Amino acid sequence: MAEHKLHPDTWVDLYADYLFNYAVARVSDAEIAKDLVQETFFAGLNSAKNFKGDAAERTWLIAILKRKVIDHYRKINSKKGKAEVRINYSTDTDSDGDWLEEQVADPFSSDGDNVLENEELGLALQECIEKLPTKQAQVFKMKTIQGMSTEDICNELEINPSNLWVMIHRARTALMGCLNENWF
Amino acid sequence: MKITCDEASHICNKSQYDDASFWEVLKLRLHILYCKTCAKYTKKNSKLTSLCDKAELTSLSKDDKECMKRDLENRFHNK
Repeated sequence: MAEHKLHPDTWVDLYADYLFNYAVARVSDAEIAKDLVQETFFAGLNSAKNFKGDAAERTWLIAILKRKVIDHYRKINSKKGKAEVRINYSTDTDSDGDWLEEQVADPFSSDGDNVLENEELGLALQECIEKLPTKQAQVFKMKTIQGMSTEDICNELEINPSNLWVMIHRARTALMGCLNENWF
Repeated sequence: MKITCDEASHICNKSQYDDASFWEVLKLRLHILYCKTCAKYTKKNSKLTSLCDKAELTSLSKDDKECMKRDLENRFHNK
């Protein structure tokens, strides 16, 4: 197997968005997620000498991020004091019923599955976007994720609209192919 | 009213971002009535748009990334 090497100078460009999406899905707060990603990069840098080169860089960084997410939940839980389970009748006036039995999750609801599926989809998409040439990925992200107008993107990247649409076309075609097996 | 497949795919891409005008969309609709290839492409393209919406992708802003890069570089050189 090929030896993997670390290139910290490329981390932000290559993995920041991927790690950020992963973190946001778990802590549901953009600010906290951002801090966790930053901490992950620092931790990666500090323990770079322990990197054995048997995993890809991203896999290794995700493993660190996982620990950071766990640590984050440990930290906020320890602030709450001792574990205490309290079950009360509902105090919400607009809830369905007073009894606990009436408040359990609907077994026929597929909300949970959807959340999981969307998260998987998000990571799959992110992986496919990463495989695009840098410029195409950049234009696609600006247009699709950040929702910028054609004019703004053209000004910022100093390209003309027909250039932009060619890149969008190539990016979208490549993404359709990349996602094809599992999602279409 | 007739357009080529290249024009059709261009309009199709634009319409994914609501950048296509009413007339363009109409021309595209007419085109895919008789062009199977473009009809298929349009369908897949719309599917990609809905997948992107569903995935609720987020990304860090350019400033955030610059900031991260700077911090990371500082750490790197101070080691």
